[in-house]
Amino acid sequence: MSIDWQAFCLTIALALVVSAVLFVAGLPLAYWITFSRWRWKFLVEALVALPIVLPPTVLGFYLLVAFGSRSPVGLWWQSLTGHTLAFTFTGLVIGSILYSLPFAVQPFAASFSSVDRKLLAASSTLGASPLSTFFRVVLPLSVPGLVTGVALAFAHTMGEFGVVLMVGGNIPGVTRTVSISIYDQVEASNYAGANAMALLLLVFCFVVLAVVYGLHRRSPKQKSWPLGLAD
Amino acid sequence: MHTAAEPKSANAALRAAIRKRFATAEREFKLDVEFDAAAGFTILFGPSGAGKTTVLDCVAGLAAPDAGRISVGDRVLFDSTIPIHVPVAKRRVGYVFQELALFPHLTVEQNVEYGLAHVPRADRKQRVAAMLQEFRIDHLRQQPPAKISGGERQRVALARTLVTDPCILLLDEPLAALDAATKARIIDDLRAWNQVHQIPILYVTHSREEVMALGERVLVLDCGRIIAQGTPHEVLRAPLQETVAQLVGFENIFDATVESVHEDRGTMMCKLEADMPENQPRNQVEIETPLVRAEVGSHLLVGIQAGDILLAITPPFGLSARNVIPGRLVSLQQRDVIVSARVNCGVEMEVHLTLAARDALDLMPGKEVWLVIKTHSCHLMQR
Repeated sequence: MSIDWQAFCLTIALALVVSAVLFVAGLPLAYWITFSRWRWKFLVEALVALPIVLPPTVLGFYLLVAFGSRSPVGLWWQSLTGHTLAFTFTGLVIGSILYSLPFAVQPFAASFSSVDRKLLAASSTLGASPLSTFFRVVLPLSVPGLVTGVALAFAHTMGEFGVVLMVGGNIPGVTRTVSISIYDQVEASNYAGANAMALLLLVFCFVVLAVVYGLHRRSPKQKSWPLGLAD
Repeated sequence: MHTAAEPKSANAALRAAIRKRFATAEREFKLDVEFDAAAGFTILFGPSGAGKTTVLDCVAGLAAPDAGRISVGDRVLFDSTIPIHVPVAKRRVGYVFQELALFPHLTVEQNVEYGLAHVPRADRKQRVAAMLQEFRIDHLRQQPPAKISGGERQRVALARTLVTDPCILLLDEPLAALDAATKARIIDDLRAWNQVHQIPILYVTHSREEVMALGERVLVLDCGRIIAQGTPHEVLRAPLQETVAQLVGFENIFDATVESVHEDRGTMMCKLEADMPENQPRNQVEIETPLVRAEVGSHLLVGIQAGDILLAITPPFGLSARNVIPGRLVSLQQRDVIVSARVNCGVEMEVHLTLAARDALDLMPGKEVWLVIKTHSCHLMQR
C-alpha cells in the first residue's frame, strides 16, 4: 500500500483554509443575499451558484488566464510577490474558494432566511441594531445551517479535481492533492495505490457528510437545505 | 421602582397622522387615520384587514407611512415633510406582537433581559428580577419559551417589552389566544403597571369583550379609516351605530327600558322599542334579559346576535328559552351560505338561518313565525 500522505495532508490543509475563509467571507455575503432588497440581487445569486453547474475546467481556465502575466490581477500579484499565482498553494486556495462558494453561502443564506422575521422585528423594537440582531438572534438560530455550509465547503474542497489540475498543476507538497495523486497513479497503472487513496478519500468524505446529516437529524426544526445538490 | 437612565417624558401623548397606500394583486388598500392617544388604554377595534396592525407598524417604525406625522410628546418619530424617520431601534416604542416572537434560543430571563444590553449589569439584573416578579414569571426564569404555557408566554412577552421602559406600548391582539380568566389576570397586571408608568397603550383587538373590559377609549377602524371613536358606550350609541354594531357582532340593537327586576331569578324584563316605518303599528316587545345593575325605568341598549335567534313555524312549547315572540317574516336574503331573515315582531329583528333550514321550513315573506331567544343571548349595554 502506498498512500501519498503528503498529498493527503496538503488536501486537508487546503480544505481547512478554504472552509475557514468561506465561513468568514460567506456570512456577510449570505446576509446580503438574504436581506438585501436590491432589484438586481438575483444576478449575484446566479453568479454565486454558477460553480454548481459549471465544469471545473471552465473556472480553472479563466482563473489561469486571470493569474497570467497579461491580466491586471496577475500583474498586480507579480509586482507584489515577484511570482505568478498559478501553480502555487495560494492560487489553489483562491480557485477552491470560488469553486466551493455556493456550498457554503447557500446553506448560510437558507438558514438566515428561515429565521422568523417577527423575531428580527421584535429585536429592533427592543432597541437592537441590525448588526446586534444578527449576532444575537440570526446567527444563534442558524447554527445547523452554518455547520452544514462549512462541512460541505470542506468536503467539496477535499474532493475537487478540475480546478486543481488547471490552476495548481501537480507539484508534490505544493499543489498535488489527493484527487490529482489518484489520477497520477491510475495513469501509472498503479491501481492498488489509486485504490488506497480513493478509499481514504471516500471514507473521509462519508464521515464528514454523515456528521452533517446527523446534526440535521437532531434539529428537525431547521429547514433543511437540499443537501443532494449535484456537483 | 425603575431607575431609568434617560429622563422620561411622563404622560407624553401619542399624536399620529398616517396615510399609506398598498396595492396588492387583489386589492388596493388606503390607510388614512389621524388620532391622539393619551396615557392609558386606547383600543383599536375593527375587523381584520381594517388596517389596525399597519397603524401599529407605522408607529413602531417597522413600516413607513407615505405621508403624515407621528410624535410622542415633543419627540417627532416620523414626519414626511421634513423628512424624519427615526429608526425602529431608537424609538423606544414597546411592541408586543400577536405571535409574541419570543426568542426561542434564549431562556425566559434572557428574553426579558434582551432589550437592556446597554444597561450596566447590576442595574440590568435588578430591573429584570423586579419585572419577572411583577409579572409572576419569576419561577420560569431558566425555562425556554417552548416549555411554558400560552398565558406564561404572554407574560414573558409583556415583561420583555415593559422592562425597556418604552414611551408607548403597542399590543397587537396579545391576548387573543387566552381563556377569559387568564386574560383578565394579565389585563389586571398590565393596568397595575400602567398605573405607575402612565404611557399611551394602543391595544388592537377584534373582540368586543376586550373592548368592554378595557374600555377607556375606542377607535373603530374599518377599511383604513376611523369610523367612530369615544368610550365603548359612546361608540355604540354614535350615529354610526349600525356599522359599529355590526362590527361588534350585534346585528340587532334595540333601545330598551327596564320594566321589572327579578333579583331572585337573576333576570329582568325589558321593553324593546325600535323605529318602525310610519305605516306600521309601533308595537312594543317585552323580553327577559340577564340581570344587570339597573333601576326599573332606566334606559339601556340590548344587543342580540342574529345567529343566536331560533325561528319556528309553529308555536313552540316545552323550551327552556324564556323569550318566544310571535312575528311575521318580512324578507329573506341569501348571503353566501347563510340566509338572513328579517322578522317583524313589533320590532324588526334579523335572524340568520342555514339554506337547509329555509328550505325545510318552506319560509316565504309574509309567513307567520315565532322567534326563540335565550335570556343570556340578550346582551345589555349602557346607553
